[in-house]
Amino acid sequence: MTEALHEISLTVNGVVRQARVPGRRLLSDCLRHELGLTGTHVGCEHGVCGCCTVLLDGAPVRSCLTFAVTVDGHEITTVEGLAGPDGSLSPVQRAFSECHALQCGFCTPGFLCTATALLRDNPTPTDDEVVEGISGNLCRCTGYQNIVKAVHRAAELMGDEA
Amino acid sequence: MTTKLFGEPVQRREDRRLITGQGRYVDDLGGNALAAAFVRSPHAHARIRDIDVSAALDVDGLVAIYTWEDLPERVRDPLPLLIPHPALTHGRTAYPLAREIVRHVGEPVVMVVARDRYLAEDAAALIEVEYEFLKPVVGIEEAAQGAHLVHEDVPGNVGAHLVQEVPSPQGRSAGEAIDAAPHTLSFRLDFERSASMPLEGRGVYARWDADDRSLRVFSSTQTSTSVRMAIAAKLGLPLPSVEVIAPDVGGGFGVKIVHPWPEEVLVPWAAMLLGQEVKWTEDRREHFISSAHERGQVQHVRVGFDDEGHILGLEVTILHDHGAYTPYGIIVPIITSTQLLGPYRIGAYRVEFSSIYTNTVQVTPYRGAGRPQGVFCMERTMDRVAAHLGLDRAQVRAANFIQPDEFPFDQGLIFQDGRPLIYDSGDYPESLRMIKELIGWDGFAALKAEAAAEGRRLGIGLACYVEGTGVGPYEGGHVQVTSDGRVHVSTGLTSQGQGHETVFAQIAASELGVPLDSVSVVTGDTRRFGYAVGTFASRAAVMSGNAIALACRKVRDKALRIAGEALEADPRDLEIEDGVVRVAGNPGASIPLATVAVLSNPLRYAFDEETKRATQFTGVASMDRPPVDEGDEPGLEGRDYYSPVRSTFASGMHAAIVETDPDTAEIRILRYAVVHDCGNLINPMIVEGQIHGGVAQGVGGALYERMVYDGHGQLLNASFMDFLMPYATEVPFIETAHLETPSPLNPLGIKGAGEAGVIPVSAVIASAVEDAEGITIDRMPISPSELYELRDRPRS
Repeated sequence: MTEALHEISLTVNGVVRQARVPGRRLLSDCLRHELGLTGTHVGCEHGVCGCCTVLLDGAPVRSCLTFAVTVDGHEITTVEGLAGPDGSLSPVQRAFSECHALQCGFCTPGFLCTATALLRDNPTPTDDEVVEGISGNLCRCTGYQNIVKAVHRAAELMGDEA
Repeated sequence: MTTKLFGEPVQRREDRRLITGQGRYVDDLGGNALAAAFVRSPHAHARIRDIDVSAALDVDGLVAIYTWEDLPERVRDPLPLLIPHPALTHGRTAYPLAREIVRHVGEPVVMVVARDRYLAEDAAALIEVEYEFLKPVVGIEEAAQGAHLVHEDVPGNVGAHLVQEVPSPQGRSAGEAIDAAPHTLSFRLDFERSASMPLEGRGVYARWDADDRSLRVFSSTQTSTSVRMAIAAKLGLPLPSVEVIAPDVGGGFGVKIVHPWPEEVLVPWAAMLLGQEVKWTEDRREHFISSAHERGQVQHVRVGFDDEGHILGLEVTILHDHGAYTPYGIIVPIITSTQLLGPYRIGAYRVEFSSIYTNTVQVTPYRGAGRPQGVFCMERTMDRVAAHLGLDRAQVRAANFIQPDEFPFDQGLIFQDGRPLIYDSGDYPESLRMIKELIGWDGFAALKAEAAAEGRRLGIGLACYVEGTGVGPYEGGHVQVTSDGRVHVSTGLTSQGQGHETVFAQIAASELGVPLDSVSVVTGDTRRFGYAVGTFASRAAVMSGNAIALACRKVRDKALRIAGEALEADPRDLEIEDGVVRVAGNPGASIPLATVAVLSNPLRYAFDEETKRATQFTGVASMDRPPVDEGDEPGLEGRDYYSPVRSTFASGMHAAIVETDPDTAEIRILRYAVVHDCGNLINPMIVEGQIHGGVAQGVGGALYERMVYDGHGQLLNASFMDFLMPYATEVPFIETAHLETPSPLNPLGIKGAGEAGVIPVSAVIASAVEDAEGITIDRMPISPSELYELRDRPRS
């Protein structure tokens, strides 16, 4: 009962990576265990909590509901790829820290990826748009108030830098 | 405190690694470890007839399969009963793997170890366990009738029964006081189950070093020191050969204080036996059915009161469902029954609880730990009294408050730490004034009438609580200044996102007079600090915060003494600012703390330029004294412990305005206000964050979250798809105000803040929905469909 392995090649955080994975390997497990990118977390394994959210060709997806073999040839951005090459934090990362938008930090990578895509598509969201935009991610620590604040703050920082 | 950091909203030092994906949670470690998976009981109550593993043996990558029969002495024994109590006459704990009987869905039966988790689960799925069904005992009242038993040797399913009584000042019992009161009411209240539900489940990763015969275990726990002692005892290892580390932990909220979990014993045991690293990461379904839940009580209340609403007598009888096992003793119902009294002086009080076994997941503390049920009971009582007398709800509460000049106030009960329930300080009338102002209590009637004219239903609610925080027995702190001037702080209790690295650094920097950046903090690592209790009961800041402050004061005293010798100055004339010891008023006479650290450790061997100062031919030492004086120690470091005589009591009041939809019965929280008093604030930003998170969990518990068991003991909603935790769309904006009544019990004057947010939320929402609807609310949570049905029920 040895499983067939599939060779895949994907661009993760700007770097081309190869992996040999069984067909059933989840993208979340592939990122974490095959590629050593453990910043992407798994909270529920069925696409509800959003901890595992990564950007697939720029769009937020649940990596726990995605088979690794299906992203062969695609581009993935994980939380490890949000900061600049020199380690400078992105506006979203800075805003999360500044606004105390994280406590245990387990859900944070998913929120950061979600907010990054949200602000790219809508650089000046209203309060309702922010709440709606992050309403697919669970946080058990913060009560969301400071996360909402951080997304607005990130929009402000991006506006200042534009 | 020369450097003002205590009390400032300092940015968190934990954040950088967590926002860049560099956190280290258990499953991020041990990339090459073998993976464990468990076959768990699909039945709530059954006898194991046979376990057939033959089909699993062919699975590629399988390493080992273990059942209870395979476990050696000690490892195979029942897990410890952590908190014994004389009233817990029938405490029972589980075996690490089921022996003969399973008592809840999710109980581990077989352990599988394989090359990776996928393969371990493949093998687990092929293991056939044959069960003989036994009658499941589900539902607290059914269980209390005792027709069927969870444990054959526990009659009536009663694990514990405890009565506490406080007579009135006139010597009347509660019953007598109620009977003699001008008004009496009696009613029943229900509170359903919820759970901590951290987004990171449990996890254990063990490395056995066969050459060194030592074990290193990483666990997602709230108490690494106690896990360490339990593992050493179970595996028969010398304590110094076992290290346990709580790395980054993705939330705890109480569930991770339970230990040792079966997996915390079995994973290290398997790692030793196999001579290979083994890791187990809990999946979400396992967390639902194999860890722990809380809340879940039925309360019967009888109350007597006078025309002004003074409570003359209160009798509460509680049925507490503790699930299948009692590893954490009866802490939850003890807290409910004692903290129920809140900020009130009650004429006479009698509380009785029975802690009952059911064939469900065990019940252990979840943030609030029994207080939400107690506060629900007391505050519903206050609202009933007010309604009966036609008085304002705030006024009835105020009539019963303990006054600011009555502290310390002895409630006459024994608290969860085995010590008297004596409140240390507080100002409840001021809290009430603040919360009424914040929510606009007095102007609400007009707002409600205005809304009613538009066909909208608004309601306002209020609830008060007192929370015993900072329970003992102790915590410790170690502080070391190294010759580079850096300050290394460690404490044994663990962190799950509370920001301890930041607040403990603030305390150390303030006490020592050093820049915040020069301080680093380590928690929950037994390699750094071996004596600790753990993180629970809003105790970390109070316990470790004060211990670290005391340790810093020792270090400071020593630094001033050594600097005094070096500067030929009286230590009393010295101050430390920005990491430099100075003679006050003489800026020229100074010595960096780094140099003091060098001088504190007389050397034979220099290891750099700076340390040459401390070697033996520099001519600075006195020839009349030994290099290390009697009673002194080398090094600029200090260790101290904080052990309080009793808990310190934080308090607060919450108020909310809700709107209920006349057609759909949807409940919307329009405004939510919090007044909070946890004594001196170390970091207001972090305290507010704790409150926000607590309120969000409280909103979940009030409106959405419940554990739905069917009559067979199956948990029907064991997934995030079905167990509804609030998203951003469900949590209201939270308005907060702080009152600071310092605790006289500890050097920093602080009280705990971790659980406060969650405690009164169900009581507040019930009060507000009742006000909006004019329907008595006597059970929580409440869903729109339940409210809809209540509207059709005849009014009581």
